[in-house]
Amino acid sequence: MTSRKIEVLVGLFVALAIAAFMLLSLKVANSGMAGTGQTYMLYAKFENIGGLKVRSPIKVGGVVVGRVRSIELNTEEYSPVVAMEIDSQYNNFPETSSVAILTSGLLGEQYLGLQPGFVDETVSILKSGDYVEDTKSAIVLEELIGQFLFNRGSN
Amino acid sequence: MIVDKLQQLGQKSIAKIQGMGRATIMLFGALIAWPTPRKSFPLLLKQLYVVGVLSLLIILVSGLFIGMVLALQGYTVLSKFGAEQMLGPLVALSLLRELGPVVTALLFAGRAGSALTAEIGLMKATEQLSGMEMMAVDPLRRIIAPRFWAGVISMPLLAMIFTAVGILGGHLVGVDWLGVDSGGYWSAMQANVDFQQDIMNGVIKSAVFALIVTWIALHKGFDAVPTSEGISQATTQTVVTSSLAVLGFDFILTAVMFGG
Repeated sequence: MTSRKIEVLVGLFVALAIAAFMLLSLKVANSGMAGTGQTYMLYAKFENIGGLKVRSPIKVGGVVVGRVRSIELNTEEYSPVVAMEIDSQYNNFPETSSVAILTSGLLGEQYLGLQPGFVDETVSILKSGDYVEDTKSAIVLEELIGQFLFNRGSN
Repeated sequence: MIVDKLQQLGQKSIAKIQGMGRATIMLFGALIAWPTPRKSFPLLLKQLYVVGVLSLLIILVSGLFIGMVLALQGYTVLSKFGAEQMLGPLVALSLLRELGPVVTALLFAGRAGSALTAEIGLMKATEQLSGMEMMAVDPLRRIIAPRFWAGVISMPLLAMIFTAVGILGGHLVGVDWLGVDSGGYWSAMQANVDFQQDIMNGVIKSAVFALIVTWIALHKGFDAVPTSEGISQATTQTVVTSSLAVLGFDFILTAVMFGG
């Protein structure tokens, strides 16, 4: 009888641990495991990426459609190139789309805002590996203040 | 004079290295053998009960309270910046990466490690271990191996339970008491916690700590001076040495996992 009781308690312990692991991986972590996993890459060249980081979200109208895969410096022009990993179910962005580095809230983290452009016969759809041409760099607070002071001085 | 000091230093170093050597020989003697699941599984189950199930209560209670305190303290600072929605990631990341594995290891060293040392030390003092050898039962296989595996298996499980309960405790204080939005708590957490980077690294950490704590506890017991004073010293040493080892290894693992 005591052996049975021990076995039941050990079983309960392991079940509790599995439940904890399920809670952690399903409710706490992002759905990296549950995602479809099918992605394609787009690239964008910026002048300044500000505080953008690898794994920052890419949003269309506030909805996360992908994440930043890598940020590298182009060695010819010394401008940062951001590789964007986008979920394959959103594969219909025209080449007139634009990307901007935005900030969520006043102190929040920076993310990429993707704005789909217009479509007509002459506009083709972005494929994996294409560059998004229309980009807006991050706003750097110091530059903004510098410009403001410069304008005040000239007036 | 200087030569005497040097001799003392040398003596101590040799004793330490000999101790490590004995610990390694003990572990290898216990683990490297033909597996006999029919005989060793009931022993393992018994030890899982003693080491794992009996540590469950202290892990649950301290996990709950640490999560609650984290949420309470985090809220006072975060609300100054109007960033209450970052309470979820704060609680989840600090528990997953650091507090879960480390505090579980420290509690485990106090709760289960000291008990293992005292038990084995007393077995040695009452000559049960030599008795087993007389009956051609290998005490390393019969006593050390099941306890080692029970510790190594149950501590990552305990750390996971600790973390999950802590996050629920943070929810209890942050959402139900202080009024952070429940959806914000979970969604900000999901946006900031990565399965591979945070959860798996936490599990790896607690597995390493499990190995260290259980090994030190078993070695200190097996190597204890077989007197009542020797056993009490060995028990103290288990808690002190394994706590220090856990904190030291935690720094190294954190630097390797999250520092780069």
